[in-house]
Amino acid sequence: MSDAVLLGAPVLLPLAAAVLAFAGGDRLRRGVTVALCAGLALAAALLAGAAWNRGVITHHVGGWLPPLGILLRADGLAVLMVIMNTAVGIAVSVFAAGYFGGHDEGHAAGPHGRTALFWPVWFMLWGALNALFLSGDVFNLYVTLELVGLSGVALISLAGTKAWPAAMRYLFVSLLASLSYLLGTALLYGQFGVLDLAGLGRAMADVPAARAAAALMFVGLAAKTALVPLHAWLPPAHAGAPAPVSAVLSALVIKGSFYLFLRLWFQVFPVLTPAVLAQAVGLFGSAAILWGSALALRQSRLKMVVAYSTVAQVGYLFLLFPLATGAAASVAPLAIAFHAVSHACAKAAMFMAAGGLMLAYGTDDIRALRGAAVQASAPALAFAIGAMVLIGLPPGGNFTAKWLLLSASIDTGQWWWIPVIAAGTLLASGYLFRVLTVFMESSGSAAPASAPRVSLAAPALVLAVAALLLALAAPAVTGVLERAPAVGLPALAGGPS
Amino acid sequence: MTDTHAWLPPAILLTSLVPGVVIFFLGEQRHVLRTSLNLAGAMAKVILVAMMVWGVFHDRSYAWSVTLLPGLTLTFRADAMAAMFASLSTVLWLVTTIYAVGYLEGSPHRSRFFGFFSLCVTSTMGVALAGNLFTFFVCYELLTASTYPLVVHRGTEKALKGGRTYLAYAMSGGVALMVGMIWLQAIAGPVDFREGGSLAQLAVTHRSSLIAIFTLLIIGLGVKAALVPLHGWLPQAMVAPAPVSALLHAVAVVKAGAFGIVRVVYDVYGVHTADALGVKQALLAVAAFTVVYGSARAVFQDDLKKRLAFSTVSQVSYIVMGVAMVGATSTIGGIVHLVHQGIMKITLFLCAGNLAESLHVHAVSEMDGAGRLMPLTMGAFSVAALGMIGVPPAAGFISKWYLGLGALESGDAWVIGVLAASSLLNAVYFLPILYAAWFREPSAELAAARAAHAAEAPWALLGPPLATAAMTLLAGLFAGSPFSPLSWAALIAAREY
Repeated sequence: MSDAVLLGAPVLLPLAAAVLAFAGGDRLRRGVTVALCAGLALAAALLAGAAWNRGVITHHVGGWLPPLGILLRADGLAVLMVIMNTAVGIAVSVFAAGYFGGHDEGHAAGPHGRTALFWPVWFMLWGALNALFLSGDVFNLYVTLELVGLSGVALISLAGTKAWPAAMRYLFVSLLASLSYLLGTALLYGQFGVLDLAGLGRAMADVPAARAAAALMFVGLAAKTALVPLHAWLPPAHAGAPAPVSAVLSALVIKGSFYLFLRLWFQVFPVLTPAVLAQAVGLFGSAAILWGSALALRQSRLKMVVAYSTVAQVGYLFLLFPLATGAAASVAPLAIAFHAVSHACAKAAMFMAAGGLMLAYGTDDIRALRGAAVQASAPALAFAIGAMVLIGLPPGGNFTAKWLLLSASIDTGQWWWIPVIAAGTLLASGYLFRVLTVFMESSGSAAPASAPRVSLAAPALVLAVAALLLALAAPAVTGVLERAPAVGLPALAGGPS
Repeated sequence: MTDTHAWLPPAILLTSLVPGVVIFFLGEQRHVLRTSLNLAGAMAKVILVAMMVWGVFHDRSYAWSVTLLPGLTLTFRADAMAAMFASLSTVLWLVTTIYAVGYLEGSPHRSRFFGFFSLCVTSTMGVALAGNLFTFFVCYELLTASTYPLVVHRGTEKALKGGRTYLAYAMSGGVALMVGMIWLQAIAGPVDFREGGSLAQLAVTHRSSLIAIFTLLIIGLGVKAALVPLHGWLPQAMVAPAPVSALLHAVAVVKAGAFGIVRVVYDVYGVHTADALGVKQALLAVAAFTVVYGSARAVFQDDLKKRLAFSTVSQVSYIVMGVAMVGATSTIGGIVHLVHQGIMKITLFLCAGNLAESLHVHAVSEMDGAGRLMPLTMGAFSVAALGMIGVPPAAGFISKWYLGLGALESGDAWVIGVLAASSLLNAVYFLPILYAAWFREPSAELAAARAAHAAEAPWALLGPPLATAAMTLLAGLFAGSPFSPLSWAALIAAREY
C-alpha cells in the first residue's frame, strides 16, 4: 500500500466522515460512525504494521518537498499516539452514542439538535489530532493545533449555556496560545526560511529571533497543555463539558499540545534548551503535580476531581525534560509513551464512568454518590480501576512511567524529583480514595433514578483494564520505538542491561 | 534442574485469578456456582502447590518469566521459601473460603466480596512465588489494592475509617519500598532473589547507600508486617468481617510483609552481608521492641479482636527476630513461626468470629462461660492460645525453642529475656480468657443467645477452626517428620547458609 494512503487515511477518513455526519440524517450518521471506527482501527493497524516492518515512514503530500510541501511522517512515537487516539476515540464514540442517544428527553444534555452537532465536530477533532501526530512541519502543525482547539471549544459549548463561560475562557486561552505559537513560527520562517522540523533543527542557531520563537512557542503550548500556572482554564472547561467531550479533551487534546512541545524541544530547539531551562520546566511540572493534586483533594464534584487530576498528571509529563539527559536520555520516548497512553485510557475511562454515574444519579456531587459501588457497580468499578492506574499502582502504564522517571532521577543524580513523585503518588491516592470510600459507603442515599446501562459502562471498563495492563504491553512499545525510532528524540538504550 | 514445569507457577496464580474475575460477573443469587468456583479453585491450588512442594524437595526448579523492559522482568519461581509460604497460604485459603461461605451466608454483596477475596489470594501467591524484587513489589501493591475493598466491605463509618488508615499506611509503605527498590536497582542492576543473597561485593563499595536502601525496604515491608511504629493500621482494621481478619492476620497481609523481610535479608542482601552492614542488629532491636510492646498493649484491650490484633503485632515480630539473628537455628525458628503463627492466629480469629456470630460476644469481659456454651469453638481457641503462649507440644513452643537456642548460638542472649517477657505477657492476656470461658458461669443473656440455636455454630464455621487447631497440635507433635513446617524450615536454613 502506498505511503500516501497509509499516512493520509488516519487524517482524511475522519474529515470525510465529519462532512457526511453534518450533511446526513440520524441513520446516515450512525452508519458513518460505525464505518469510521472500523476504518480508523484498520488504518492504525496498517500504519503500525508498516512502521514495525519498515521503520519510519515519510510522505511529502503532493510530491512537494520542504520547505514548501506538507510533510507527513510516522515514527514509533507518532504511531503509538495514533493508536492511542484511535483506541480512546472508538471507546468514546461508543459511549457517546449511548450517552447522547439514550436520554434526549431526560437529563441536561440539551435539545436534540445540539447533540447531533457533536458528531461532525468530534470527527473533525479526531482527524485533526491524527494530523497533529503525523505532521512534520511547524506551519502544518499550527493548522492542526488551531483545528483541535476550535473544535474543542465547540464541543464544550454543547453542554448548554451554563458551560459557555468556561468555553469562552478556553477559546480565549486557546486562541492566544495558538497566536503565540504562530508568531514563533513566523519568526522561525523569517530567520531560517524552512518550516519542517528536521530542517529547522539542522539550521537552528542561538540568535535572538530563534530565542523569541522558542519562548513564544513553548509558552503557547504549555498554556494549551494546562501546565501550572497556566492551568486555571482547564478544570471548569473539562468538568463542564458533556462526559464524552470531557473524556476527549482530558485524554487526547492536551496530549496533542504536549506532543508538539516535546517534538520542538528535542528536534527543533536542542541548542536553545540548556540544562537550567530543563530544570525550570521540571519545576513547573512538580508544581503542577503538587498543586493540581492539592486542589483535587478539595473538590466536591466528581468531574472536578478528575479534571484537577489531569492538571496534576500533566506535571509528570514535564518532568521528562530535566531527566532525559546523559545515561538516562532514553527515558524520554518510553516514559512519554507509557504515561500519555496510560493516562489517556485511564482518564477517558474515569470521565466516562463519571458521566455514567451522573446519568444514573442526576448529579456528580460526591456526597450524593454514596453506595455507588453497589447501585452502579459497573461505572464505579471502571472509575476504581482508572484510579488505580492514575495512582501509579502496578502493572498500570502510569506505574511504568513513574518507574522510568524515578530510575532516571537516581541514574542522573537528580534526587530532588524523588520526593515530588512520592508525594504525587500519595496525594493521588488521597484524592481518589476519598471518592472510592464514598462509593463503598453502605448506602444512605436514595437509589439512583435509573440503573446505568451496560453500553455506557463497557467502553469505560475496557479502557480502564487496558490502562491497568499496559505494563505488560511494554515489549510491543519498545519494539515499535526501536524499529521506528522517534525522529529527533534520544534513542532507546539498546538491549537488556 | 531444568524448567520442565514452567507452567506451574502461573497455573497456581490462575487457580484463584480466574475464579475471582468470573465471580465479579455472577449475580448475587448464584450461590451454588460461586461456591463451587471458589472451592474448585482452592482445591486445584492445593493440588498444584503440593506438586510444587514435592518438586522443590527433589531439587527441581520451576520458573516462568517475561521481560517487560530492560531490567523489568516478571519472574515467578518456586524455591524452598516460596513453597513454604505458598503452601501456608493455599491451605489457609481453602480453610478460610469454607469459613467465609458459611459466615457470609445471606449477607449482601457476596460476589464482590469473593471476587476481591480471590484477587487478594492471587496477589499473595504472587508475593510467595515472586522471583525478583520487582515482581514482589508488583504483587505486594496489588495485595494492598485488593484488600482495601474487603476491609471496608461493610461500608459502615467505622469500616471506612479503618480502611482509610490501612490505605494511608500501606500506600506510604509502598512508596518507600518502590524508592528503595529502584535505588537498589540503580546500583546493583535487577535484583533476583538468590539463596545467600547477591550484594556481598557492593557492601564494600556502597556501604552507606545499601544501609539507606535497607532502611527504605524495611519501612515498606514493616508496614504490612506491623513493626512498631508502623503497626497503627492493624488494630483498626479489625472492624473487617472475620474471614477478612483471617486474611489480614494469618493468610496474606502481615505475612506478605514478614515474608518480604525474610526475602530481603536472606535472598537480596544475604545474611552475612546484612550482618556486616550492621543493619541486622538494628532490625533485631526494632523487632524485639515490637514483640514486647505488642504483648503489653494486648493485655489492656477488652475488645477481643483488638486484643488478638495486638497479639499479631507481637507474634509477627518473632519471625523478624529470628531473621535478624545470625545463625541457622534462629533462622529456623523465625521461618517456622511464619507457618505456626499463621495456623494459630487464624484459629483464634475464626473462633472469635464464631463467638460474635452465635453469642454476640465481642469483648473479653463478656466471655464468662463461653466454653460451656460453645465447647468446640472454645476448645480450638484454647489450643491456639496455649500454643501462642508457648506451651508444649503446640506449634508455638517449637518456634520459641528454636528462637531461644538461636539467640544463644548467635550471642544475643538478651533475646531470651524478650521471649520470656513476651511469653509471660501472652499468658497474662490469654489465660484470663480461658479461665473465664471455662470456669465461670455464663450470664443468663449469653445462655439465652446460645439456646436460640440447636448447634453451637454451623459446620462450615466450626470445621475450619477445628482443622487449624488440629494443625497447631500436629505441627508441634510431629515437628520431626519430613514434611513438617519445622523440617521444611530446616531445609531452607540449610540452603541459605
